[in-house]
Amino acid sequence: MGRVRLIEARGIRIRRKGRLLLHGVDIHVDRGEVVTLIGPNGAGKTTLVRVLLGLLAPDNGHVQRESSVQVGYVPQHLHLNSTMPLSVKRMMNLTGRPPSGAVEDALDETGSLKLLEARMADLSGGELRRVLLARALLSQPDLLILDEPVQGVDYIGEADMYALIAEIVARHGCGVLMVSHDLHIVMAATDRVVCLNHHICCTGVPQEVVGHDEFQRLFGTRAGVVTALYQHSHDHVHDPASVVQPACDEDAFPRMRSVEEVKDAG
Amino acid sequence: MLDDFFVRALLVAAGVGCVAGPLGCFLLWRRMAYFGDTMAHSALLGVALGMVLGSSPVLGVFTIVIVTALSLLFLQRAVHLASDTLLGLLSHTALALGVVVLAISGSANGHSLLGYLFGDVLAVTRMDLAMVWVGGLICLAVLAYIWRPLVALTVHEDLARAEGSPVERCQIIYMILMAGAVAAGMKVVGVLLVVAMLIIPAAAAQSLSRTPEQMAVLAAIIGIISGGGGLYGSLVLDTPSGPSIVVMAGILFLISLLIQPISRALESA
Repeated sequence: MGRVRLIEARGIRIRRKGRLLLHGVDIHVDRGEVVTLIGPNGAGKTTLVRVLLGLLAPDNGHVQRESSVQVGYVPQHLHLNSTMPLSVKRMMNLTGRPPSGAVEDALDETGSLKLLEARMADLSGGELRRVLLARALLSQPDLLILDEPVQGVDYIGEADMYALIAEIVARHGCGVLMVSHDLHIVMAATDRVVCLNHHICCTGVPQEVVGHDEFQRLFGTRAGVVTALYQHSHDHVHDPASVVQPACDEDAFPRMRSVEEVKDAG
Repeated sequence: MLDDFFVRALLVAAGVGCVAGPLGCFLLWRRMAYFGDTMAHSALLGVALGMVLGSSPVLGVFTIVIVTALSLLFLQRAVHLASDTLLGLLSHTALALGVVVLAISGSANGHSLLGYLFGDVLAVTRMDLAMVWVGGLICLAVLAYIWRPLVALTVHEDLARAEGSPVERCQIIYMILMAGAVAAGMKVVGVLLVVAMLIIPAAAAQSLSRTPEQMAVLAAIIGIISGGGGLYGSLVLDTPSGPSIVVMAGILFLISLLIQPISRALESA
């Protein structure tokens, strides 16, 4: 099967208030692949997402996306003001008018149909993420752009969330670009990792990236944890290839593993 | 019937309440109450400038309110001050400047200044009535037209933009509608209390609504009742009309707080 490129950005450069937020950034997503954008806080991940969505014009470089490519977007923050009475149902109809049944189907797919009549302000972090994901599915997207899909989701919910995303990719054959600032299990559900710190530090399949010098420098010894977790999670998740990276094996793995610690690296 | 000054006043007050309610919902949702207050306070300067330049006060108000809103947006980006500091600064400077310019122009004796500050709805003419109703209907029609994208951008600006909502256009149109509501509301409750007509009915509607649309309709109804009821109360009690309308809105807000617990108690009983 030939690769279908859904979106491609080349040479993206953004300068704001005298600071270079992004420079020389190339990134692309093909149909059927999950690309994870990782990097420390303030590395320009959300800025890059906004460029890809066409919300922010780069100073240099360009984004190429066929107009036929439908994009579903899940933003990082949703500061829901409790003064706005907003049900999940109304939230699903926020900008479009989906055909009847579509809202229910989308919610069902993310396991949140029971929340249809709930108030948005009452949702837990995990429920909110699932509802937002369902919203993004409404437009039958070819490309899903998920900014921090596990934000506010607890440790156990995280794995479920990644499993759900993998399921969606398998079912719809769409491409996914997701953003994360922690290195956790995210790696297990990813085909390709792009490590960003204002520029692209390194990119490749997870096993390659964790062995990369720049990645090690950026995330320090915690980088090893990921490999450990990755290979651990690997047993449970599909993945035909057994590309083992010899560069960073056993002795590179420290024992620590808490999410908080990994997040601190950012 | 329209010859009766009280009937005219009643119709103007109710008309303004009906428009201010739905518009005010966005001030609540976007946490922009103080922003609305600043726009309203600058209206006095608009009146003063209108008089100095010999143009109609309504035009002066409309222009100055929009200029104030735009300069606020600009200053928020350009100046390193906290938003509330900036609003307080601009709000009170504009109000003070309005009083000063009004005094210089010599057109304000004590009575009419009070009228500008707290409204003088009993003095509305047939022309005012026509303007409030025609303007109000246009305002509601435009609001209905931009309603969905406006709600969407209130929930999440980038999300709305990414999904094709005309964010900038809606924001500008909303600001123009606000300026119109301020110009009209000024006649009824005065520059100092205009923002109350925008915010209190919306706040009263909030706890009773399940969707943004319900809240807007309910706010309009509460706005009408505040305008009509407050004015009637002022007739009975011989109190100033503008403040009486705002007090009425405040009472309705208190009642709205009681409705939920009472209905819940009735359900469980």
